[in-house]
Amino acid sequence: MMKNLISHARNVLNKIGIQILKFLKLMYKNKKSAIGFSVILFFIFIAVFGPYFFNYDGLTSGVLRFQPPSWQHLLGTDYLGRDVLQMLIDGAQGILLIAFFTGLITVAIGVIIGISSALIGGLYDKFFQMLSNLLLTVPSFPILMILATIITIRDPFTFSIVLSVWSWPALSRAVRAQILSLKESDFIQICQVMDMKKSHIIFKELLPNIAAYILINFIMIMRGAIIGSVGIMMLGVAALEPSNWGAMIYDIMNQGAFYVPNAYAYVLAPIFTIIFFQYGIIMLSNGLDETFNPRLQA
Amino acid sequence: MKDFITNMKGALLKLWKYTKAIFFKYRYLWRRIGIAIFTLFLSTFLIFLLIRLVPGNVVDDYAIKLVEQRRITFDEARILAVQILGYDPDASPFTQFWSYLKSLMQGNLGQSMSNPLLSVNDVIKKNLPWTLFVSTLALSFSYLIGTKFGSISAWAKKGFRKKAIDGYTIVGSSVPDFILGLLLLFLLSFKLKLFPGQGAYDASYSTPGLNLKFLIDILYHAALPVLSYMFIQTANWTLMMKGSSISILGSDYIVAANARGIPENIILKKYLRKNAILPLITSLAISFATLFGGSPLMESVFNYPGIGQQFSIFIVQKEYFMIIGILFFTSAIIIFVNLIADSIYSLIDPRIRRNQG
Repeated sequence: MMKNLISHARNVLNKIGIQILKFLKLMYKNKKSAIGFSVILFFIFIAVFGPYFFNYDGLTSGVLRFQPPSWQHLLGTDYLGRDVLQMLIDGAQGILLIAFFTGLITVAIGVIIGISSALIGGLYDKFFQMLSNLLLTVPSFPILMILATIITIRDPFTFSIVLSVWSWPALSRAVRAQILSLKESDFIQICQVMDMKKSHIIFKELLPNIAAYILINFIMIMRGAIIGSVGIMMLGVAALEPSNWGAMIYDIMNQGAFYVPNAYAYVLAPIFTIIFFQYGIIMLSNGLDETFNPRLQA
Repeated sequence: MKDFITNMKGALLKLWKYTKAIFFKYRYLWRRIGIAIFTLFLSTFLIFLLIRLVPGNVVDDYAIKLVEQRRITFDEARILAVQILGYDPDASPFTQFWSYLKSLMQGNLGQSMSNPLLSVNDVIKKNLPWTLFVSTLALSFSYLIGTKFGSISAWAKKGFRKKAIDGYTIVGSSVPDFILGLLLLFLLSFKLKLFPGQGAYDASYSTPGLNLKFLIDILYHAALPVLSYMFIQTANWTLMMKGSSISILGSDYIVAANARGIPENIILKKYLRKNAILPLITSLAISFATLFGGSPLMESVFNYPGIGQQFSIFIVQKEYFMIIGILFFTSAIIIFVNLIADSIYSLIDPRIRRNQG
């Protein structure tokens, strides 16, 4: 009995291991995606283990205002004497969670609406077409600002819901178009002739064909979510913990850090952290694009 | 008499033909205009519904202010407040929307709740030109440069130019524009003191009007926002143009031109670029919308007196009607630009017209 259980568990672990290996192989197949994936892994590592090594206390101290970089404070201190490096590390978790949840929610909404309106058609399709048209005409960032004032944002999850509300239409449209063209392809026609189940056609035939596309979109939506959340925090419309990267930029802009000669590290650190993270995301999505669509490359 | 009748008949027939031509030949245009107006109408209603969800009641706040000012009871003050603000929070959104539409018809886009002298029309008149100025400059420069870069990147198989352009596109598409703006502001304006850090012009240096001094001053002040937009937008155009060019590269006429021994740069300029640029015309409108939507961020960074900066101020102040008015106006502009871009595209490229007829 015990033996059986152990062998079963080993089997499952083996399978998971193979999947992870496959995933890593996919990521490291292309130079660009390897760089991008490494950058993102680095940030995930920091977000998960960083708080254990650098204990962020959030203690403020008037004496330590705007300290230049030193061994004690590698990136200097902010306008309240908090360590900038510790704040950046502490903020990474929130940013990653916001990006991940937003990607998940947006992709879920976009794919469900896209596939269903392509398959159901008729009035249902028309309604969602019109709705996504509407959402696409009103500029999204101003709407995000309004939504942020309506919904009090206290945690990353609420923030990602706010970010997802207006960001699904582009994806759902693209998915719809792809499914519509796939529907006419031979193998789906054959499936229909063979009278296969609808669920089989959707999950085993259609979804795997657009999986790569969805993955790349997921990454790009994560990117948009980071830009959106940093922008919202930067304008001071929502209040989250002060170690959020956008909140740090808000403080930099509003506490006169530009005028303090010692505060150069404090000003540049969040800016370059955001740029570095965005660079990783773009590299990953470009690399995956090259892996999945080799035809498109010149 | 008979001649006259046949003449008249001929003239009428001709007239009928032309009207038919205008209505039917361009029916794709009429349909588009109809859809555009309908979309604008619906989007305004959507914003209206959204605004109602904002917590806090402005009318009550205003009524309390009136009670203190005019020494009247709260109930009287509230009725007065509803009249002054032209907004009844207890009415259904449909009634509110109807009264808003009526004031729209009179050309009044909305009124400030805290300052009776401030209206959306004033804000648009005062601040929109700055936003238009910056975004048009950025868009036209990045379009011109980006389409060149894109076609080169698609055409060249290897070489320094291609490598440099491809490297630039990755950096350019990864940096958010307002973050780049912040960086440029810090480095070029605060550290090196090369550019002014805020405002659209320096009142102590030049006076607004049509003179060279003022023109130079506003260009000098707009330089950093335009540069930050341009750096990002050029990368976008390069990517789009590259995609469009690659899809054309395999066409027979390019291969044939190559086989005929036509010089490479002529193929690049006359064959590739001209055809690849066509589908990008519709993207102009989308780009324009992106710049407009992102203006609250960029203008807040540079403290630039555009419509976006005003919008973020109104959001913090919870000026509902100003928010609705500005959003209505920007959506209208975006829809209008979209319409123009689509129409130009279908006028230039008859294949599109035929498909959508």
